[in-house]
Amino acid sequence: MSWFGLFKSKKTETEKASLSQRLGEGLAKTRARMAGIGNIFKRDVIDEDTIETLEDTLLSADVSIPTCNVIIDGIKARAKQSDPQTAFRDTLIDLIQPLKSDLTVTEGIKPYVILVVGVNGSGKTTTIGKLTKKLQQEGKRVMLAAGDTFRAAASEQLATWGERNNVPVIRQAPGADPAAVIFDAYQSAQARGSDVLIADTAGRLQNQSGLMDELAKIRRVLGKAEADAPHETLLVIDGTTGQNALQQAKLFKDIAHVTGVVVTKLDGSARGGMIFTLAHELAIPVRFIGVGESVDDLQLFDPDAFVDTLLDDN
Amino acid sequence: MFGNLSDRLQSTFKNLSGQGRITETNIQATVREVRMALLEADVALPVVKQFTEQVRERALGAEVLSALSPAQAFIKVVNDALVDIMGGERREINLRAAPPVVILMAGLQGAGKTTTVGKLGRFLTGQHKKKVMVVSADVYRPAAIDQLETVATQAGLTFFPSNTSQKPVDIAKAAIAEAKRKLMDVVIVDTAGRLAIDDAMMDEIKALHAAINPTETLFVVDAMTGQDAANTAKAFSEALPLTGVVLSKADGDSRGGAALSVRMITGAPILFAGMGEKLDALEVFHPDRMASRILGMGDVVSLVEQVTRDVDMAKAEKLAKKVKKGKKFDLEDLRDQMLQMQSLGGVGSLMGKLPGMGQMAGQVDSAKGDKEVNRMVAIINSMTPQERKFPDIIKASRKKRIAKGSGVEIQDVNRLLKQHQQMAKMMKKMAGGGMAKMMQMMKGGMAGGMPPGMPPFR
Ligand SMILES: Nc1nc2c(ncn2[C@@H]2O[C@H](COP(=O)(O)OP(=O)(O)OP(=O)(O)O)[C@@H](O)[C@H]2O)c(=O)[nH]1
Ligand SMILES: Nc1nc2c(ncn2[C@@H]2O[C@H](COP(=O)(O)OP(=O)(O)OP(=O)(O)O)[C@@H](O)[C@H]2O)c(=O)[nH]1
Ligand SMILES: [Mg+2]
Ligand SMILES: [Mg+2]
Repeated sequence: MSWFGLFKSKKTETEKASLSQRLGEGLAKTRARMAGIGNIFKRDVIDEDTIETLEDTLLSADVSIPTCNVIIDGIKARAKQSDPQTAFRDTLIDLIQPLKSDLTVTEGIKPYVILVVGVNGSGKTTTIGKLTKKLQQEGKRVMLAAGDTFRAAASEQLATWGERNNVPVIRQAPGADPAAVIFDAYQSAQARGSDVLIADTAGRLQNQSGLMDELAKIRRVLGKAEADAPHETLLVIDGTTGQNALQQAKLFKDIAHVTGVVVTKLDGSARGGMIFTLAHELAIPVRFIGVGESVDDLQLFDPDAFVDTLLDDN
Repeated sequence: MFGNLSDRLQSTFKNLSGQGRITETNIQATVREVRMALLEADVALPVVKQFTEQVRERALGAEVLSALSPAQAFIKVVNDALVDIMGGERREINLRAAPPVVILMAGLQGAGKTTTVGKLGRFLTGQHKKKVMVVSADVYRPAAIDQLETVATQAGLTFFPSNTSQKPVDIAKAAIAEAKRKLMDVVIVDTAGRLAIDDAMMDEIKALHAAINPTETLFVVDAMTGQDAANTAKAFSEALPLTGVVLSKADGDSRGGAALSVRMITGAPILFAGMGEKLDALEVFHPDRMASRILGMGDVVSLVEQVTRDVDMAKAEKLAKKVKKGKKFDLEDLRDQMLQMQSLGGVGSLMGKLPGMGQMAGQVDSAKGDKEVNRMVAIINSMTPQERKFPDIIKASRKKRIAKGSGVEIQDVNRLLKQHQQMAKMMKKMAGGGMAKMMQMMKGGMAGGMPPGMPPFR
């Protein structure tokens, strides 16, 4: 069952948005493998079979059951005015459109502090490497703080990304207090006149309250240097995550005051349907999506393109 | 989420009329709930479909213990099937090969491979007294080799150095040769994370596998993985002859349905669960715990099991028959039921386990509830057998004597009699009967804090 092959795309080639291009490369391989469930929208009415197919499609993309129900209701409501295909596309886009709000580094705040949090292995450190390059391209001077003092070789990993982008990385010995590392990095970013400080943190599962408290502590300590810091707290969610993504977003939002989400690994066969669930349940903007392991594989979230990529029939 | 599901099941149970067998009709709603539970637990849709269909077919026509409802009985079948599937062919890690035994790790990016290498190495050193060498064939991820070196040092394993300019096959071969020289028992080969749809990287690991012919090829999967577990497991098992699965990050609060997806799709047994970042956080996989976790009906499942185990089946069946035949539900029967309830751990314990009653258990004072049950039993004990069989004969003077004998007020005796009357009426309405039925009936009226007809707790 797949998103793909659901529709015969009515769009012209030129209308295809940027996301599809890179994301599409990865997805094309998947699509090629999936038998189209074919042309259910050739019919003019949405019948039970169609609904069931749509439901299956949404569920196999990791959309939660309640969100799936909301989407199906939306489609049914729209189907009266527009053709089923448009109804489906528009319902999906309308749902995630409010999450479109790009990260902007406020002029005049210097250094602008971005704290990066998330569960283990979701792609935090890699995202920092990619984001550094993006911000540099906007003319920002970036510094990194190796706030993961726990995981084996975490700071070496961040240091490599620092070298690749040619930016300084503030690190301390393994086991150092992450709040202290980030606080020191703030002061050094200030001293050196950096525009942006991006702080890495160790992966932690949201049910580990001790480790979650550590994030609260980092906020407190940073707040002593600059009351509004961190100015942005990015939650990095692995795109292959299932229903747990919502729980992650809820708890990290509560404790770490997440202001933006990055969904990674969307170059794989996972469909990232959790974005719909997040849109339905929590209003945290999706800032970027990760589509690979290289430094350029970070894209702005584009709701139209996201939906189109999922619906495109190659 | 667990609570919600239980609540939904409650309504499923409510709609049941007591039938002695699992039929299409009496489990239809339950099949739907189980399907939802599996989806909410991240079991992949094709696996959900295949699994529920198999289980439904197996369950149809099965006889239901009188203490259970068909819905409960079906959930037991589902639970047992989950345990069977995930625990079938359970085995230890295979070290029966000429040393050094080679273990190859495979999986998506960030799944937990490198950490698992350290944990597994530590486990084999400690538990099996093996000499373990580890080596990284991850020449892509920044500091991947450093990471394994650190992990190896922490776990006290022999680390074979490699560098990013080498080829994975060369690295692994060199490590195995060195391990032979050093008389190591095991070599664990870490690999880079890769996407199942990345043909070049899948070819790389295929070639690596062919070159080193590992005894174990372990697929590491993150317990938080969603529907994609199916695609990924399929692709990895097509590329590699997977011999086992490690479920990482099982210390989180995900429901872990990926375990079922991966098990059904790859056919490989789940050997271990990762329970934390520390190197001792590796556990032998427990299929029964995982089944309850996936179903999210841990409460229901354990209740069903307890009922099956503890209820005096002979008595329960006798009562069921009696009620079926339209015989009266007398005070003797009421007392039996009360005593059985107590033997199951009392009101509080039962309520905690009943669907939809989880939160209620906190609200109802279970100590008082248990006391009430004791009091009711005491009242019945003070009656003559004749009175228990024919409660109608209990008039004012008898009530006085009974109250005195059991140390309660006359109102208490009245309440008990009234309650018994109502229960008898309801029992009559039910074709089947038994413990579970009574409990359902009770919980139906629990909204107001009390079973129908039960005296309010004081
Ligand atoms: N294919 C793909 N891989 C990614 C992406 N983002 C990160 N990765 C890979 O995922 C793995 C984990 O990434 P990290 O950046 O180390 O993740 P992390 O969240 O910092 O991990 P911890 O610090 O251990 O919690 C690495 O192998 C990355 O190369 C992505 O967008 N696509
Ligand atoms: N909580 C928890 N974290 C784990 C577990 N296993 C691994 N991790 C963490 O998950 C993250 C990723 O683990 P790695 O061992 O680097 O994963 P990997 O598969 O080697 O990643 P790549 O090499 O980038 O593909 C790290 O932060 C680990 O500490 C586990 O069982 N529980
Ligand atoms: Mg990291
Ligand atoms: Mg690794």
